[in-house]
Amino acid sequence: MTIALSQFDEVRLDRVSRDFGALNALRDISLTIRRREFIALLGPSGCGKSTTLNCIAGLLPVTGGAIWLDKSRVDTLRPEERGFGMVFQNYALFPHLNVRQNIGFGLKMRGTPKAEIDRKVDEALNLVRLKGQENKLPGQLSGGQQQRVAIARAIVIEPPLVLMDEPLSNLDAKLRLEMRAEIRRIHNELGATTIYVTHDQDEALSLADRIVVLRDGVVRQVGTPKELYEAPSHLDVADFMGFRNKLKGRVVGAEGGRAVLDVEGARISGVARETLSAGATAFAAIRPDDLMVGEAGPNAIAVTVDTIEYRGREFVGTAHSAGGLDFVFRSHQPVEPGSQVHLRADDGRVLVFAEPIQGRQ
Amino acid sequence: MDALAPATPVEHGPSLRQRLAARGFDAVTLLVVPAAIFSLLLFVYPFAFGFVLSFEPKAGGDWLANYKRFFSDPFLYDTIGNTLRLAIPVTLINLLLAVPIAFRVRLMRRQRLLTTILVLPITLGTVLVAEGLLNYLGPQGWFNRTLITFGLISQPLKLVHNYWGVFASLVITGFPFTFLLTLSYVTGIDPALEQAAATLGASAWQRFRHVYLPLLMPGFAITFCLSFVQAFSVFPSAVLLGEPAGVTRVISIAAATAAFEEYDYSMASAIAMIMGFVQLAIVVAVLASRGLFYRGPASGAKG
Repeated sequence: MTIALSQFDEVRLDRVSRDFGALNALRDISLTIRRREFIALLGPSGCGKSTTLNCIAGLLPVTGGAIWLDKSRVDTLRPEERGFGMVFQNYALFPHLNVRQNIGFGLKMRGTPKAEIDRKVDEALNLVRLKGQENKLPGQLSGGQQQRVAIARAIVIEPPLVLMDEPLSNLDAKLRLEMRAEIRRIHNELGATTIYVTHDQDEALSLADRIVVLRDGVVRQVGTPKELYEAPSHLDVADFMGFRNKLKGRVVGAEGGRAVLDVEGARISGVARETLSAGATAFAAIRPDDLMVGEAGPNAIAVTVDTIEYRGREFVGTAHSAGGLDFVFRSHQPVEPGSQVHLRADDGRVLVFAEPIQGRQ
Repeated sequence: MDALAPATPVEHGPSLRQRLAARGFDAVTLLVVPAAIFSLLLFVYPFAFGFVLSFEPKAGGDWLANYKRFFSDPFLYDTIGNTLRLAIPVTLINLLLAVPIAFRVRLMRRQRLLTTILVLPITLGTVLVAEGLLNYLGPQGWFNRTLITFGLISQPLKLVHNYWGVFASLVITGFPFTFLLTLSYVTGIDPALEQAAATLGASAWQRFRHVYLPLLMPGFAITFCLSFVQAFSVFPSAVLLGEPAGVTRVISIAAATAAFEEYDYSMASAIAMIMGFVQLAIVVAVLASRGLFYRGPASGAKG
């Protein structure tokens, strides 16, 4: 292996802010990325994840805070002086250069001797499995191949940090899964440090060592995929992690990390994720997977079934309650649309959150 | 049931209309008819008429007599060189000025205002610009007076009624056109390409040299051709600001003299044909050189 990425201990974002006029796109983002980590920045569109990446790459100047690569400050450097590899959403391959020239571009700009460029480009071609395509122009390649060129071009300059901006969003579903595995393989083989921006929680959960959830330019939660999946800290993070049922109710009891809600007259108990006070409005969040058709009783609520879809092993349905709450649930048996059933969830699988403060917090 | 029913046997192939449509002839094709008639009446016919007329010399004799006369009389054939000496430098200067300005303007938010100011000279017309320059650059104009006031010169500089007067006027009237074309080519390039080059370590100059320039060359070639053709047919400013009997006796003046002073329409036609041929030769040469450059889409392939 001659592609040896420059090594360092950590990249540190220290209260990084970015304003666009009166709009704070990023507010006091602090984050430490350790060597060889795969970090996913996750959030809905407009949450500031691409802005964060562009600030790290140097394509957008920060308006506050600092970015450190070990002991050296990099946010004051121009992008060409930072030497971070970046993979763009639309790949941004140079249309007039062939695959070999595209990959060798960064080395050529650095004045690397030609023999060394050739050797490293060959190796990068091997790594991304594009041998035999090196004389084609980007326009002659498929989306997945362009993606591979973009990755090879970013890593061949041996960057300390590889930045990826929604690299899979332009690929079809099958190719996306394939390239997802490829990106992780390349990351592991090179021992790279990667920051990966995505709005797809599946991608983040399967790729990342740690996930940073952003919303409205603020970090909401940082944790391993398991932590985020099982213990989201806020309702919006839970929503993003697949808790599609959000039952609005009133707190009737809260102690010892458990909470009981009154949701349209039904008692729903679950794990309290935030401090709750009796009488306050709160939300019980339940994954469709954990909401099953069952008997009336504790943790069950009466609903009218709206639709039912066949999903192979089981059925997925939608329903609404008398009070107008919407539900997504699963069932082993087909249920007739229009029928009245009870949906129930195990109280260990219900998370209870306080009502989000309106507006930006 | 329906799916299993035997397919109706095909009795006849696609209709004439379908077959024509498959070759690109449909009702939409009719939309070009007005333009075709217009071009036939106002361009093709006069061109053919002039072409034939140029081989029927007024004085009779040899059918090539007009061309022979043109190429044996320095007063006539020098006009080609005079025109090229104006048109080529003016076009190059306009292009060289337009490129950096376009690169700056593409980043600006108030593009509309600036573009309006830059486009103004087009709407003024060449005669108004010529008048303005006569006043401004003339021996008693502000420009010379200012220089004399500051003691930089003792005698007024001769800036009009010579080559430079025409040159300045062509730059002023030709620049907006060159600039607008250049701006549209420059803004047509995906900004992510420049960002990608920057993250790969390319300095500003390298990004221009290795990314923008190769992608812009074909556009520059077209801009050059269109601007050149405009400058080549210079007439009013060559008369008003130049020295129409000397260095700025351009080829259109020669044609006008033949037509309206000598009443020799045949000779005038021959000059017009030569003028057309010279333009065509330059344009073809420039466009042919485009083959040397990349000519595909200027964005990062398919999005």
